[in-house]
Amino acid sequence: MRDLDFSNQPPRFKGKVITDQLAGSITRVEELAYIIRINEVMTKTLITISPDAPMSAVVDLLREKRISGILVTENDKLVGLISTEDLIKCLINGELAVPVRNYMTTDLITLNSFDFLTEALKTFARTGLGRLPVIDENKQLVGIITKGDITYGFLRALEHDYHEEEVRRYRASHLFEDIESDRTSLILRYNIKHYDFMHGGAASSNIKKALLRLGANPQLARRVGIAVYEAEMNLIIHADRGGSIHVEIEPHQISIYAWDDGPGIADINLAMKPGYSTATEEIRELGFGAGMGLFNISRCVDDMKLESEIGKGTQLNMKVFLKEDESVGEGYQTEKE
Amino acid sequence: MTLDQIIKELQLEILTAPQEISEIKPTSGYISDMLSCVMTGAKSHSIWVTLQSHNNIVAVACLLDVAAIIITEGAKPDDETIQKARDEGVILLATPLNSFHVVGKLWELGLRD
Repeated sequence: MRDLDFSNQPPRFKGKVITDQLAGSITRVEELAYIIRINEVMTKTLITISPDAPMSAVVDLLREKRISGILVTENDKLVGLISTEDLIKCLINGELAVPVRNYMTTDLITLNSFDFLTEALKTFARTGLGRLPVIDENKQLVGIITKGDITYGFLRALEHDYHEEEVRRYRASHLFEDIESDRTSLILRYNIKHYDFMHGGAASSNIKKALLRLGANPQLARRVGIAVYEAEMNLIIHADRGGSIHVEIEPHQISIYAWDDGPGIADINLAMKPGYSTATEEIRELGFGAGMGLFNISRCVDDMKLESEIGKGTQLNMKVFLKEDESVGEGYQTEKE
Repeated sequence: MTLDQIIKELQLEILTAPQEISEIKPTSGYISDMLSCVMTGAKSHSIWVTLQSHNNIVAVACLLDVAAIIITEGAKPDDETIQKARDEGVILLATPLNSFHVVGKLWELGLRD
């Protein structure tokens, strides 16, 4: 709730040019204050009282409706506001029989129904008032708003955001369920450029994220992520004409194909040996070329086939078999939760 | 031991902290400058100590769900690496100390897995 009450804090972005970086740190609630309009959260059922009614009627209304302030209207026109604070003054004086007119606040600050919540927050902060009447573009009274209404409005909007994200996740994690074919799969394709260290790990990160979205368990996503990362870095380091990675996702298996038409591997058995690497000194300085890549892959996947021909290229095929309770795109994880 | 306590004790510079550091409890540690070794050895939610500072450390940390990277010996990643870490939710910390001393202090603080 701490975040919701930013009305009393100095505006963080006042007078600043909003850069992309700064915009990234605007909270969702701050953003919502500029999206939600006052008429979306205000109370529209108006409880009003006549200025000629006795103060005792205010006591009854406040008690009955469980509210803390009532709008005072005369011939459908807003003439004042009477709150518990006014009532306390009246009780001290023991004047419950006098008309509301004698105790109501007439110096009214109103809000426009079509303004954004940020205006309401600013006005609450400036005046220290607990509730404000809301008027429309024709100056007609249309509602009343409290800080509680604003908080409730934010919570509802955040809940809606959360729900939408849940629905999106749910849909992805059930992707394969309603599609009928003899064999359904999803193929992700990535092109990898030689020496593109700048984007090294991009394909594997994206594949990991896609698997998590499809409902894969985190250990499985990590395993596949590591295998793809090593294959990706091998292409970046060794495939002098670039290469490709295709990941085919089926509910019960993930097949990863990485291939290039680069220099090829002279001795595959040697290449598979932990610690053996042909990477240059320059590349080792970056922390690559530990000679662990292919070995790491063999640890992460269930099946691995490496074929290479000098001067022609290299193909690496990997398979990960998913257990019944690990399947992706069939809603297993979602239902388990 | 939470990450913000570790940062305080070791006087680490925070380069990126996209997550709430007082809520992160690293459970183990790993030290290596060879990325594939990290891939093999580092557990998830561990602290990785390295003097590598180029942008691939972010990819590795992201794939392994590493709790934080401590970059040692005053090495500083470039702006793009820092931005990438921020985007991916990876915590980057820096120190002028060398890796040996950082790990020694982490061990003293009770991080021994």
